[in-house]
Amino acid sequence: MNRINQRFTDLKHQGRKALIPFITAGDPAPEHTVGFMHALVEAGADIIELGVPFSDPMADGPVIQKACERALKHGTRLSHLFTMVEEFRQSDTTTPVVLMGYLNPVERLGYQAFADQAANAGIDGVLTVDMPPEEADEFGPILKARGLASIFLVAPTTSNERAATICAHGEGYLYYVSLKGVTGSASLNADDVASHLAPLREMTDLPLCVGFGIRDGATAAEVAKVADGVIVGSALVNQIAENADTPEIIPGLLKAVLGEMRHAMDALNRN
Amino acid sequence: MTKFSDLTRMPDARGHFGPYGGRFVSETLSFALDELEKIYLDLRDDPAFQAEFDYDMAYYVGRPSPLYHAERWSRELGGAQIWLKREDLNHTGAHKVNNTIGQALLAKKSGKPRVIAETGAGQHGVATATVAARLGLECEVYMGAADVERQKLNVYRMHLLGAKVIPVESGTRTLKDAMNEALRDWVTNVDDTFYIIGTVAGPHPYPMLVRDFNAVVGREARRQSLEQIGRLPDALIACVGGGSNALGLFYPFVEDDDVAMYGVEAGGDGVETGRHAAPLSSNAPRGVLHGNRTYLMSDEAGQVSDTHSISAGLDYPGVGPEHALWKDVGRVKYVTANDREVLEAFRELTHMEGIMPALESAHALAYAKVLAPTMRPDQHIVVNLSGRGDKDIMTVAKLDGVEF
Repeated sequence: MNRINQRFTDLKHQGRKALIPFITAGDPAPEHTVGFMHALVEAGADIIELGVPFSDPMADGPVIQKACERALKHGTRLSHLFTMVEEFRQSDTTTPVVLMGYLNPVERLGYQAFADQAANAGIDGVLTVDMPPEEADEFGPILKARGLASIFLVAPTTSNERAATICAHGEGYLYYVSLKGVTGSASLNADDVASHLAPLREMTDLPLCVGFGIRDGATAAEVAKVADGVIVGSALVNQIAENADTPEIIPGLLKAVLGEMRHAMDALNRN
Repeated sequence: MTKFSDLTRMPDARGHFGPYGGRFVSETLSFALDELEKIYLDLRDDPAFQAEFDYDMAYYVGRPSPLYHAERWSRELGGAQIWLKREDLNHTGAHKVNNTIGQALLAKKSGKPRVIAETGAGQHGVATATVAARLGLECEVYMGAADVERQKLNVYRMHLLGAKVIPVESGTRTLKDAMNEALRDWVTNVDDTFYIIGTVAGPHPYPMLVRDFNAVVGREARRQSLEQIGRLPDALIACVGGGSNALGLFYPFVEDDDVAMYGVEAGGDGVETGRHAAPLSSNAPRGVLHGNRTYLMSDEAGQVSDTHSISAGLDYPGVGPEHALWKDVGRVKYVTANDREVLEAFRELTHMEGIMPALESAHALAYAKVLAPTMRPDQHIVVNLSGRGDKDIMTVAKLDGVEF
């Protein structure tokens, strides 16, 4: 079984919700990324989304744009991400890793080469922000053949008809974008999220994970009440940005931010 | 193999021009693009909409624009007769207004009170600010900070028209970064905002509808050629950045197999130097940016390359997907003119015909200088003079060492 499905099955048994941190690979420099990944797992990450830096991150706000710039300044590229995940897998064989990024670096490498190298590195899923299912006719089957989950976005503006198409193509989990905007935007509205998740539940058995606008333990817990997973990116990347000159203290800071969320989400079970 | 006669039936239902085009956007925008496509397809063949567009073209833009025989310059070059399609005489001074008038009508239909645009040289920004002023729409224009510097005149024009110009400091601070930022704005304000894209790129349906609105250029040029020359021209030349003025001129001629077509990309310092903006002529790899698949200048890792051109309007690493297809099937030949040749053509037309072209359009003129002498005096070339050069006076003056 794919590590992502295994993880959600386990979480369901435990009655817990998934906590999914996002960091941009190579930020602030490539040699730190694997250490950060392990720190995130120690703080309670269930799945890690690893951002592929891109020169033109159109769906991202300033925080992740700058993370891409820092990573690219050090020449971070897809081949480095594969090496990072390989290294991560030497001591962590269970935490699923999802690559999240834009299509062009993948397109340049070639779909088949990408899928082969990603699978060999121990990557479990791929979320290509600018590739909706309608454009994934060729890429989707290639990923599937290598056991890689195609993860798609659903937005507040997605019609029920489109949502049904996305659910039919999606694997691993659905990434519900909580608000109209770029990453790192204002806080989400939990009631609004709940009302959008309800029809999706009718359409699919895929776990529903929510990202965009989750900044602290309180919002994470709010979302965890209605979703199967909570995705947090900019709040973590901010920590990396603010301490880019002293990377040795970043793992501790990431653990503090994520740990607070983990604690708040798990407290739901005890109440 | 795509037949030339198939080229008039592009794109397909999902916005693909062969392997190019498409709709590569984050999910939040899919809804808005579906909505735009529906509005456009409903209106496209509606006689009332056509009449409204035609009325604005005639009485607001001042169409038809003349087809002018540049007799003195043709004699000087000693070959084919050169005819200039005078888009520079349009209201706001470039072909860009054909598209913004059309999209403004769509914006009005959509009921959205706010429009946004990206701009390079500022011509599309001015054309958008103009239609926004006329319709009472709020207007914000994203412009690379480097372009704000080199196109101050147009920045002030937009300001006077009531638009807010937002300098974009990210990335290379040029057109591609302006487009990134406009897309970020749109994804945030999609409920009340209509995005007026200025070229035949972007996600479907933009490449199709921007082409259709600009095709008025080619329809007129075709009719005028028959009237004034007595037959179709032997060749068409237009500059290509995103490629909207070129598609506008070329599209109505696409089935006229005897009409050769040349798209002139920005050669910058020369394609061989790597400092250029010529994805087609340099055989850039296939890539995806700003919602469509096309020829895209990027490095081996898929990061989009920095581009260079003297003209802000052509300083873009991609190109409209329909041009990518037309290159592959061989319908259009794509060539380059470098900055030096462009300035020479700019000066030559100004001196010999009293017409000051935009530096973008001067790329097309530079290639006319190459092509015309290889042809006979009884042959005819139509060059799209897509915009006027007033906005570039500062750039040229600076090169001449003149301070104001």
